[in-house]
Amino acid sequence: MTIATDPQARRPDTVWTEHVTFIDRIPRSIAMAGIMIAFLAVWQLVHISGLVSPIILPGPWETGEDIVFVAKNLASGGYMLGALWITVKEVIYGFAIALAIGFTLGVLVGEFTFGERAVLPYLVAIDTMPKVAFAPIFLAWLGFGISSKVALAAFIATFPIVVGTAAGLHAADENARALFRTMGASRWQTLFKMKLPLGMPQMFTGLKIAAVGVMAGAITGEFLGGGKGFGELIRVAASQLNTPRVFSLIIFLSLLGLALFWTVVWLERRLVFWQRSGAGKFG
Amino acid sequence: MTAGSQSRPVYELSGVAKSYARGNLRALDRVDLTLREGSFSSVIGPSGCGKSTLLKVMAGLIPPSEGGVYLEGTPVTGTREDIGMMFQQATLFPWRTVLENIVLPIEIRDGKAAARAKHRDALALLELVGLKGFEGRWPHELSGGMAQRAAICRMLVTEPAVLLLDEPFSALDELSRDFMNMELQRICMERNATAFLITHSIPEAVILSDTVYVMSPRPGTFVETVEIDLPRPRTLDMMTDAKFGDYVRRIRARLDKGAFL
Repeated sequence: MTIATDPQARRPDTVWTEHVTFIDRIPRSIAMAGIMIAFLAVWQLVHISGLVSPIILPGPWETGEDIVFVAKNLASGGYMLGALWITVKEVIYGFAIALAIGFTLGVLVGEFTFGERAVLPYLVAIDTMPKVAFAPIFLAWLGFGISSKVALAAFIATFPIVVGTAAGLHAADENARALFRTMGASRWQTLFKMKLPLGMPQMFTGLKIAAVGVMAGAITGEFLGGGKGFGELIRVAASQLNTPRVFSLIIFLSLLGLALFWTVVWLERRLVFWQRSGAGKFG
Repeated sequence: MTAGSQSRPVYELSGVAKSYARGNLRALDRVDLTLREGSFSSVIGPSGCGKSTLLKVMAGLIPPSEGGVYLEGTPVTGTREDIGMMFQQATLFPWRTVLENIVLPIEIRDGKAAARAKHRDALALLELVGLKGFEGRWPHELSGGMAQRAAICRMLVTEPAVLLLDEPFSALDELSRDFMNMELQRICMERNATAFLITHSIPEAVILSDTVYVMSPRPGTFVETVEIDLPRPRTLDMMTDAKFGDYVRRIRARLDKGAFL
């Protein structure tokens, strides 16, 4: 081996690039738009092929037209806006009640041995039940008004919040607990200054699941119990075989669901600011 | 840190034992220990030898089954604010700034106003550990070594009579660990702190300590006490001294004999 002393005789660079597959180099916006276009194209193809009756599956164009119609009705303060407002109220009330009950039960079950021993088994038992099946009971108890829908929405959304809160309270590690004990902290100090803040990521996971469940509860309640919300509009449109209307109402409902979900994610980012991964795959 | 056997005893354990009823497990057996003011002692032993049980008993986190634990002449029957503790993890709380983390023990004990009044002391502590200017930072902005420095401040802010250190730097890389150990020595010397360290690094125990207790498991008890007669302040260079090597060999031989059966 000879060592080159002449600076002119420097070895050639070995700069090289890592290979990235073409498909992984597509930017997100273009990739997402591509998937949407492909979906609409397949939909349109199925529609014009005549394989499926247009009553069962309307074309994307008709659906699009109906979406515009519904949007105009909502924007002009038509009857649909009133219906949407009723559903929004059900969702917000349901979520607020689920939050209050879920958080209280979560602390009871997660913080107190008594709660874990005596209350948790019953909560687990109720949680395994198909909660939608309780809808007729809420209807019988609370009538055809908004409250039976709120109750079902809250009922469904409570359990993820209980589980999230209880799991969050168990998140504190041995050291954090020992540290608070050596500092002479009381139970409430330990709870409010350490366990609850440390458990916020888990609590928000529960809240996000609850945000999805509360929508399902409100709409299911409306399906079964009349009322005047968005679910009722869907039910009526479906009974009239107005499938484009069903689709466009679902689109607007999902916007409502997204708004609730993103409110929770926004709150999480504000409160759990130290954990950037908090929003998970949605971030 | 001129740990003469003349200085005042701060912490005393006599005949401390800890049994767990389930399985008749005797985790600790007849441990006698005296920590003198300004001394640095270490206990070394393999995993599961009862080191952590001993530390928990000393911290008042769990009661002993037999024997007496005295700090400053009064019995330890529960956690006390004149005991400072540090763990392998810094355990800083991420929603509090470095400064707010450091005054947390004061806030817990005396409330928010008292904690605010301690800010000046906390800033002085930050300067002592070399974290000047970091008071407004968040824990996730600190490296592992910096986080442990902040944890040292939090431990010192209540001016505890004894420091219990549970492998405080073992999660750090080797280079940071050596450096932090020297920093720990400097801080302890400046504050004339009485410190008790749990470790399973023999060189770490020797370089830091005035006394090293070798512990063997089942039941956990001290099988040898090694007085380390090296001048203070210790330096990392001393680790290549023949005398240092002799201490390390002596402790390792004692550990090999009984500890890993």
